[in-house]
Amino acid sequence: MYAALWRVLPGPAWLKVIELLVLAGLVVAALFTWVFPAIEPFVPGTGQTVG
Amino acid sequence: MGVVGVIGELMITVGVLVLLFLAWQLWWTDVVADRAQAAIVHDLQWQAPPDVTVPVAEKRTDDPPVEPTPQLGSVWATLYVPRFGDDYVRPVAEGVDKETVLDKLGVGRYPETQMPGQLGNFAIAGHRTTFGKPFTHIEKLKKGDAVVVRTATTWYVYKVTSHLIVYPDQVGVLSPVPDESTSVSAAPDDLSKRFLTMTSCHPRYWALQRYVVHGELAYWAPVSSGVPEELAGVDVSLGSGS
Repeated sequence: MYAALWRVLPGPAWLKVIELLVLAGLVVAALFTWVFPAIEPFVPGTGQTVG
Repeated sequence: MGVVGVIGELMITVGVLVLLFLAWQLWWTDVVADRAQAAIVHDLQWQAPPDVTVPVAEKRTDDPPVEPTPQLGSVWATLYVPRFGDDYVRPVAEGVDKETVLDKLGVGRYPETQMPGQLGNFAIAGHRTTFGKPFTHIEKLKKGDAVVVRTATTWYVYKVTSHLIVYPDQVGVLSPVPDESTSVSAAPDDLSKRFLTMTSCHPRYWALQRYVVHGELAYWAPVSSGVPEELAGVDVSLGSGS
């Protein structure tokens, strides 16, 4: 899976490393901005109110 | 690369995603909410109490002024708890909806309870973990500790009387005379006391129960008369646009 990604990325090895870092950053940003806030209500562990 | 290898990579990916979620929940939500709540308090632009170097406000025990019921989701008070630190100040908003109030605005008032200073029970909720966790140190409150609510014009100084741990269905803690043994909110005809109730989750990070702190109004004071002595050393200029 990740080996295939490595093969698909263009450029020499040092450029691929940079590309991977940028991709990882984009993925984390998308998770923090949209994905995690959307699933948080379904994760147990918080609840402050009675009733 | 065989099927086993792909499955292994997927499992590692899932593990990393879980760790990332925990980092988001336990760290990033606090970063965002702390910043947002500090900005809300700052933007209130309320008048500063006069001469904060003389931290004595007139202590009044006659009937306090009662604010009109605020709109759901609006910020209408600030909360000071010296036990939580001299720099502790949080916005108080109307309602206890998690997504719109507790996650974003800080502390929320149960709309079915009384307003500060009213006979009955002024009840508020706040996160104990995540989203700025305004009540993270609720278990440190001791009998006699001050919990001070400020509106634009009035200080309401409550003193902690007790704490207890209940299940989420024990809504009697919100009754005008708090009674955790009931699950209905019943009001006796003649109210004589002004209670405070704070609720948060318990145990931390699991939240099967609720940590509840009760208090009673000690006195009230107009903001124009100074600063309550309980807030000596606390920066009360926040929220006054300074």
